[in-house]
Amino acid sequence: MHAAIELRNVTKRFGQDIPPALVDITADIQVGRVTGLVGPDGSGKTTLLRLMAGLLKPTEGEIRILGKNPSNPASEVKGVLSYMPQRFGLYEDLTVMENLHLYADLRGILGRHRREAIDRLLAFTNLGPFTNRLAGKLSGGMKQKLGLACALIQRPKVLLLDEPSVGVDPLSRRELWQMVHELAEEQIAVVWSTAYLDEAERCTQVLVLNEGHLLYQGPPSQLTERIKGHTFLVSVPESRRRRFAIETLQKQEVLDSVIQGKRIRLVMNSSFGDATQFGEEAEAEPVAPRFEDAVMFLLGGIPKERVQNAREVLGNGSLEEETGNEVVVESMELTKQFGSFTAVDRVSFKVRRGEVFGLLGPNGAGKSTTFKMLCGLLRPSFGEAKVAGVDLLKAPATARERIGYMAQKFSLYGDLSVRQNLEFFGGVYGLSGKNLDETVNRMIHTFQLGPFRDTNASALPLGFKQRLSMACAIMHRPAILFLDEPTSGVDPITRREFWVRINSLVQGGTSVVVTTHFLDEAEYCDRIALIYEGRLIALSTPDEIKNMVRTTDLPDPTLEDAFIGLIRHNVKSSVDAKHEYAGG
Amino acid sequence: MQDMKNSIDSTLRLQRHGHNRFIRIWGLLKKEVLQVLRDPSSILIAFILPLILLFLFSYGVSLDLREIKIGVVLEQDSSKARDLLSAFQGSTYFKLRVARDRRQLQPLLVGGRLQAIVVIPAEFTRRKYRGDDNPVQIIVRGTDANTGELIQHYIEATWRRWLSQQGTAQSNAAAANLIDVRSRVWFNEEVESRAALIPGSLAVIMTLIGTMLTSLVVAREWERGTMEALLSTPVTRGDLFLCKFVPYFLLGIMAMILVTVISTWGLDVPLRGSFWALLMVTSAFLAYALGLGLLISVVAGNQFVATQGALIAGFLPAFILSGLVFEINSMPWPIRFLTYLFAPRYFVSSLRTLFLAGDVWQIIAPNVIVMTLLGAVFLIITARKMPITLETGK
Amino acid sequence: MKLMLYRIARLTKKELLAVLKDRRSRFLLIGPPLLQLLIFSFAATLEVRNVTLGVYMEDHGRAARDLLARFQGAQRTFRTIRYYRDLKTVRQAIDNQEILAAIHIGPDFSKHIELGVPERVQVILDGRNANAASVVQGYINRIVEDYVKETLSRLHEPGIAKATSLDSIVTRKWFNPNADPQWSTVSALVGVLCNLVVLLITALSIARERELGTFEQLLVSPLRPAEILIGKSVPAILLGFIEGIFMTCMAVVIFDLPLTLKGFVLLLGTIFAFVFSVVGVGLFVSSIAKTQQQGFLGAFTYQVPATLLCGFATPVENVPDWLRWLAYVNPLQYMVTLSRTIFLENPSTRVVLSMAWPLVPIGLVTLAAATALFRRRMQ
Repeated sequence: MHAAIELRNVTKRFGQDIPPALVDITADIQVGRVTGLVGPDGSGKTTLLRLMAGLLKPTEGEIRILGKNPSNPASEVKGVLSYMPQRFGLYEDLTVMENLHLYADLRGILGRHRREAIDRLLAFTNLGPFTNRLAGKLSGGMKQKLGLACALIQRPKVLLLDEPSVGVDPLSRRELWQMVHELAEEQIAVVWSTAYLDEAERCTQVLVLNEGHLLYQGPPSQLTERIKGHTFLVSVPESRRRRFAIETLQKQEVLDSVIQGKRIRLVMNSSFGDATQFGEEAEAEPVAPRFEDAVMFLLGGIPKERVQNAREVLGNGSLEEETGNEVVVESMELTKQFGSFTAVDRVSFKVRRGEVFGLLGPNGAGKSTTFKMLCGLLRPSFGEAKVAGVDLLKAPATARERIGYMAQKFSLYGDLSVRQNLEFFGGVYGLSGKNLDETVNRMIHTFQLGPFRDTNASALPLGFKQRLSMACAIMHRPAILFLDEPTSGVDPITRREFWVRINSLVQGGTSVVVTTHFLDEAEYCDRIALIYEGRLIALSTPDEIKNMVRTTDLPDPTLEDAFIGLIRHNVKSSVDAKHEYAGG
Repeated sequence: MQDMKNSIDSTLRLQRHGHNRFIRIWGLLKKEVLQVLRDPSSILIAFILPLILLFLFSYGVSLDLREIKIGVVLEQDSSKARDLLSAFQGSTYFKLRVARDRRQLQPLLVGGRLQAIVVIPAEFTRRKYRGDDNPVQIIVRGTDANTGELIQHYIEATWRRWLSQQGTAQSNAAAANLIDVRSRVWFNEEVESRAALIPGSLAVIMTLIGTMLTSLVVAREWERGTMEALLSTPVTRGDLFLCKFVPYFLLGIMAMILVTVISTWGLDVPLRGSFWALLMVTSAFLAYALGLGLLISVVAGNQFVATQGALIAGFLPAFILSGLVFEINSMPWPIRFLTYLFAPRYFVSSLRTLFLAGDVWQIIAPNVIVMTLLGAVFLIITARKMPITLETGK
Repeated sequence: MKLMLYRIARLTKKELLAVLKDRRSRFLLIGPPLLQLLIFSFAATLEVRNVTLGVYMEDHGRAARDLLARFQGAQRTFRTIRYYRDLKTVRQAIDNQEILAAIHIGPDFSKHIELGVPERVQVILDGRNANAASVVQGYINRIVEDYVKETLSRLHEPGIAKATSLDSIVTRKWFNPNADPQWSTVSALVGVLCNLVVLLITALSIARERELGTFEQLLVSPLRPAEILIGKSVPAILLGFIEGIFMTCMAVVIFDLPLTLKGFVLLLGTIFAFVFSVVGVGLFVSSIAKTQQQGFLGAFTYQVPATLLCGFATPVENVPDWLRWLAYVNPLQYMVTLSRTIFLENPSTRVVLSMAWPLVPIGLVTLAAATALFRRRMQ
């Protein structure tokens, strides 16, 4: 049986001097299943999808979609193919409904079919109450859903999705996944490109790309099989957990080390029999490997020098291990109203020195709004936000001197070089003269930006942009660092490295407030605040939160399970459940 | 496999059907119109700025001088001198400042506090009867050359009128009456600059809509990422082209109607030609303006470059090289040559004729043909260059 | 205080780098203004020349031919003369814009003139181009008058001729003796182009940061709103100032405009005050604009009326009273007048100050408005 998509020796070059985007890719993608496309940033996933959608022509090799050439307009493959690009393709000046109608028009879906399709899609995406809202005013996650809805307005034979679940909360992500799977069963070939390896694990088949090369093609389980016996779970007391995870990353034998639930998951580079060498406190037991482990194995794990480098202590003061008692961030009955709508409803919590504090919640629940109030970007309607003891409303500039901020899109000045960016941010935060020069040099050294010193920020690879962004944020040794989805779009290796750095910072006395949708990263937090519908519905350590949803059926819940469970528990009514605010 | 192929083919057959094509185009048109209406900068360029222009051309920009600040030096206090002074005082063109000594007024020429000084010298009456040197002097501020010339003529005209009223010498009478020049100005009896400017302002307004606004539309789709999604649907080059062309064409025609209505009903500008001729002429120019704007839009990678291109290739020629404000025939020949390459000059010429004279086909027809040709060239190139893949490496 | 200045200095440096490092921005500073300078200065003329004149002479006597000779001799204005045999073809020629004006000399012209009997000359003008029509009308009148004077002096006693020759006026032109229109245009252009550059830089600056997402980063930093605005103003003022100097040099070097050292210094001061007031407008637009496109079009919408009402193409006095106030709050109007005055009239410092002082309050008002709006938009 012919595959729905056939790739034969596909190579794509964008220029003579730059390395090719894709090299000699040969693969088959079948109907009736979801095929995962996995790989670090820059590995060629988007290019491959564009080639399949007919938006680019291969430099060498052939692509056949249902037997036809997609980049040949006469073949009319586009009529049966739906593609959702990374930037969703939404018209920001049009409402939700108008966008849907436009794509229905473009696809020739009319009358009853259109009405049914739109009803179905609105129900699934929970966008029903927002049909008249301008697409530009939706939150990131809602835009994602709308983008997917527009791609699904027709029933295609081939569905190509470029990172459809980025920035979407776990609840919605599961629903998305559910729906796409059902679709696949209707004899559609789905290609789902993702950075979430747990999603990839659920695919029937995966393609693993790295730097344009296809490293693996086949069922995820087969890849996972390869590292049987290499994975272990180590129990470590909560207070030592993070440290342990990072220390072990430096060991030669360890390929990967992540916090999972109450334990640390280790991936070793050769089979191990002896579990005792992790220290007395640690109890190790072998465990079945996950797909993510297998991919890390395939990619070779995180290079040791990078870990070493990331461990350099960067904080603003003492090297105490324990978190101090000093309160560095305080939210007191923080409330924000937009007209008659309450986005944040009397949220109160305290963050202590040396703590990693996570702000989690579904899209539109008010977590971004809370976050922004704490940074001084929004004025609260009621309540107080204090940072380093200074009220943000009364002395905003003083408060801001104590804060470091890393925005989601790494807002750097693209036209300025790395050094110029650092000089600017350092200067603005009060560093001058010799002090500034020394700090700039130190940042360049610590973050290994040496070779890019005079390169324009826009030309940096994504991982280095993240580093530069972080450097700019901590140059002035802030007491608190605010991170807004800092690892969005970044490959797993860089993500690990990032958290090692965060940990070094925290060891140095800096406190960190972070929002993220990667719930495995939320495990790194000391405490988590879960916000839903503007209210704080949970505020505890990760372990305690997981305990809240533990049942006999679910003895060892992950944080994601806890997240979903707690939210479902808090749903007041089915109508309220759909009431998402999208002001951000 | 065969089943699947059959079902695909039937789906495709459905889409190939003209009906579907029409729906696609209609959907794209709707989107484009909504986008224009909801973007404040579009409204600014397409409605507000044209209204401002119209307003300014009616009231603000005028070549008819008034309130010319002049000084008169009365060195002599005779009745004749005072009589001459009152001739100037009585004129509505001048705003007078009188002094006895020219040194009081001369410094005021600097900086334009006075535009000219008329000196009625001490020997005014005496010289007149003795046949010696010229009696009256004018000092004109030449900083603004054009205005200076005009002021000089206005002063001389006032002087001559006064002279002819004196009628003392027979020769004066003879001189004054020997040749009587009767002029009639056709099409614009009052020689109102407004009547010439407003029809021509349509050229600028059409350029604003057709070139400046349109230059942004394709570039914007690239920058915002919506182009990628569009291209993955069955949309064709023709669909894309039409959806960019038609709404802005209609917008231009609507603007033309609005301007014409305001001009003829509110601003007393006559429309002596037919509406259909106006429509034809405007359509020809719009084709050119849109072709230029869309070509810029497709070729420029982003909005920044697009706006620069539209400004230089569209707006400046419409303003400077169209004959609207500056006289083409007086320009040096290289610049004059340039004006032939851009459509605005043909449009302005046709408009002035249409509004003020009527349907003069000898003028209008060639202009329409040239504009259509220029427009066709741009439109064809644009249609060809419409993107259908991402291959251009954007 | 010192810290605040330091922060502002850092922001200024960043802004300058951002503008100067980007190839497109650099081009924008030089390319379009230079192009406009060249084209405008040659194209911006209200003179009427190279006109085609139609002549319908029913009489070929000496007087008629003499009069015709005068028109033929006015080569600069009337480049081509076409001859017609009847009124109908003359009318058609005007309709078809083959000729701009026509003169009609009757059959008994020469006879009557020799005898001193008054004659009439008919002139028809195409009013579709109002400016050209009125200028040509005046010009034809003058040619005829000169002809009359000379004829009289030839025909009659010298005494009367002399008496009639008294009826002319002596005119002296100050400041621009050759009445070179380019001098007027180019000296005014310095201001107009400076205006354009400064507007574009400021109008795009905040909007671009918003689009790129770096604006939030600025808001989170210790920079206060006023500091941000100052930090964005200073580079624009600097660049505008340099642009003004550049244009001035072009004016002197390419177009031979006269400029003394003192004038140069005065001009620099004026440019500085002018740029200061335009920056406020640009920042105002930038605070409202959400995208670069909006910033650009907004600045453009200001630029067009400002240029029309500044005295560049048409005198400000021609604007009716109820509208004149617009010209008086338009900084460009002051710049154009001052620029022309300084280049051509060699004014004293006192005069310049007395003309230039309104720029300061205008600048303060626009900057204050921009600050207030900016503060509000930040929330």
